[in-house]
Amino acid sequence: MTTRLKETDAVVIGMGFSGAILARELTKSGLNVIGLERGPDRNPGEEFTLTRLRDELRYVVRLELMQDNSIDTISFRNAPDERALPVRRFGAFLPGEGVGGTGIHWGALHWRFLPTDFRIKSALAEKYGAKSIPDTMTIQDWPVGYDELEPHYDRFDKLCGVSGQAGNLRGKLIAGGNPFEGARSDDYPNKPVKTGIGPAIFSDAAKSLGYHPFPVPTATSSAPYVNPEGITLGACEYCGHCNRTACEANAKASPNVNVMPVLRTEPKFELRTRVFVTKLLYDKQAKRVTGVVYTDIKTGEEYEQPAGLVVLSSFVFGNTQQLLLAGIGEPYDPKTGKGTVGKNYCYQFEAGGEAFFEGREFNPFMGAPGMATAIDDFNGENFDHANLGFFGGGYIACLNGGAPPIGGRVLPKGEPRWGVGWKQAEAKWYRCNTRFNTQGSVYAHRDNFMDLDPTYKDALGRPLVRLTYNATENDHKMSRYLVEKMEGVIKAMKPTHYEVHNRPKNFTIVPYQSTHCTGGTMMGSDPGNSVVNRYLQAWDAHNLFVQGASVFPQQHGYNPTGTLGALAYWSAKAITETYLKSPGPLVHA
Amino acid sequence: MSDDSVPRRKFLLGAGLAGTAIAAGIAEPVEAQQTAPAAAPTAASAPEAEPFVTLTGLEAAFITAAVDTLIPADELSPSGSDCGVAIFIDRQLGSAWGGGAKMYRAGPFVKGKPEQGYQLALTPREFFAAGITAANAWSRKTFGGKDFDRLSPADRVTALKAMEDGKAGFENFSSRAFFTQLHGIAMAGFFSDPIYGGNRDKIGWKLLGFPGLPATYADKIDAYRDKRYVADPQSIADFS
Repeated sequence: MTTRLKETDAVVIGMGFSGAILARELTKSGLNVIGLERGPDRNPGEEFTLTRLRDELRYVVRLELMQDNSIDTISFRNAPDERALPVRRFGAFLPGEGVGGTGIHWGALHWRFLPTDFRIKSALAEKYGAKSIPDTMTIQDWPVGYDELEPHYDRFDKLCGVSGQAGNLRGKLIAGGNPFEGARSDDYPNKPVKTGIGPAIFSDAAKSLGYHPFPVPTATSSAPYVNPEGITLGACEYCGHCNRTACEANAKASPNVNVMPVLRTEPKFELRTRVFVTKLLYDKQAKRVTGVVYTDIKTGEEYEQPAGLVVLSSFVFGNTQQLLLAGIGEPYDPKTGKGTVGKNYCYQFEAGGEAFFEGREFNPFMGAPGMATAIDDFNGENFDHANLGFFGGGYIACLNGGAPPIGGRVLPKGEPRWGVGWKQAEAKWYRCNTRFNTQGSVYAHRDNFMDLDPTYKDALGRPLVRLTYNATENDHKMSRYLVEKMEGVIKAMKPTHYEVHNRPKNFTIVPYQSTHCTGGTMMGSDPGNSVVNRYLQAWDAHNLFVQGASVFPQQHGYNPTGTLGALAYWSAKAITETYLKSPGPLVHA
Repeated sequence: MSDDSVPRRKFLLGAGLAGTAIAAGIAEPVEAQQTAPAAAPTAASAPEAEPFVTLTGLEAAFITAAVDTLIPADELSPSGSDCGVAIFIDRQLGSAWGGGAKMYRAGPFVKGKPEQGYQLALTPREFFAAGITAANAWSRKTFGGKDFDRLSPADRVTALKAMEDGKAGFENFSSRAFFTQLHGIAMAGFFSDPIYGGNRDKIGWKLLGFPGLPATYADKIDAYRDKRYVADPQSIADFS
């Protein structure tokens, strides 16, 4: 028996960064908004406190803040001709659960994509000829350009109190910043965070090779800061515990700290937690959604919540699953190339290394994921790909993210991992190593996609999303190239020992690599090549706006959250300034 | 089965006493609270015969022998079990995590590719039970009828190495997967906050030079550039 509730102006499904921003912008424009979150409420004052957060076992090893896979997971296989099996515990990527979503435990590396990234297919065709792009590489231009998105990048920077060094301020290049970045309309809200020893040595070595190192932009405020919502953020304490946890100093940006406090006092906003949206109600004739059905996990009761507007802002998998289950848009078929829902799933799996400097004292437990320097000389179209045999690229960084004792230890090859001599090796090497990472673009491939699993179901009886994904030859070549360049810088740093790690041939669902999943509900210029239009409005349901990295046509060589936040503001502006005045398609197909 | 002599009896006895104590609502016997003689440096060592929550006597004997081989007593710390690592493992396997919390456990269960990750129906608790049984059976076959905990220190090293390399021919169980889990949980026990029973006296943190809580370093990054920052580590209990 489903209880039908009173209609509301808008529902938001999933209260991560996108959901919180949309809820905030919609209530500001006068709408009554209900936020639906399947996980618990997470209130920083109660939960993000000391000593609670300083517990590596609870947060980092046992994954306190992550999705409960006993309720919901995905299935996975490397190729379309294999049998997918359920991911019994997430490993490679770790979507969060509860208010704040993945925006609580992220590392807060806060990037913008390059201007050329937004028109990558055209840019490659112009430079190397259209024929140079393989048929299997299903990349496409974004339906929005960097210049259009820039004011929204800027808004998201300010919401988060991002720390960084501008490299291009209104077209003027500034020494010490990233010379390859798109022009910024304003400086970073905060100065860069401090630089650790490893990243400082990296910076000098990179300069000696003619590269252009700069501090990695991070959504961790380096000084106390009041964001445009009037919320005061603290300064980073470099505790070294950012990853997979929250920040008790309110320095690392999260929806919970940077947006939710104003929503919690907003009478037009109602938050319902531990409610699991099982279905979008779709009126195919009218090309609109009429609301959602959800199960209240606390009571087992099922409800229908009618709404004038639906914002779908769950993770990449949930967004895709909801559209497939509701029959909104055409499911992608890799055999024919037809359909778009589930298409162009991309996963950023990283390659890195570590270097050891015998006898030096790096105090590696002091740090923050953004306490890093990077070079962008080998990202996107920042370098020439003629005769390289691949497209794409990524940044190369040296990071000082902290070194918690269970997971933050690393030993040179050949040292014992246990038994006699092992502890001595740990004592010797723990304090004098530094880490490297290469992020890389993921240029979509025809065979990498999501659909519904024919066998496995979630706890509410719905088919799991089935992920079919493997690394492509293009991305392997790209990654090996980045690792080679990274190795060049490491050598110039003159460490005692170092190691580099290339990606494994096949993508594996364990261990952790990154939570940078994108695609499945891609944005594009027409219904034939996309699920949503440039304003993230579903082509097949004009009152449904799909948010998050699921709308990326492909993944570029950076962490995704900066662009995700910019798109949320861009979409919110279109909804509040245009759509609400005259509900209907914002782009005519 | 091999003989069941002194060390193993102690586990069985310890568990029995604890059960009695709880049932009768009385304090543990005084003997059980006495600290064992510890290797240098002296840590506040395990009370002898500390009761186990979930491990059986046989399992506790195996785990103790295993963590003492992975983490041998030396000048940097007492043995793994004297640092509480066996107790840690027992508590973890008896926790919600050990019972398979947050784990997708619907069938069908099918053997997949390694790329597809863990595909067994076993919870971590059940995985360790099956793994210990398989390891002891293999140990008896390979080492003249002896269970793993009855082996000489040198043979224990040989046995664990064979498991690590996947060369221990366990019957119907992956020795490599078992070793990976065993090693992982032992490391977690040696380095996690002592509140979970391992890392007694913060000995794991001390040997690394990890300062624990409260970790406010904004004023220390520059002051300690290329200079070792030393602090007596503090754990959650120190603030409680």
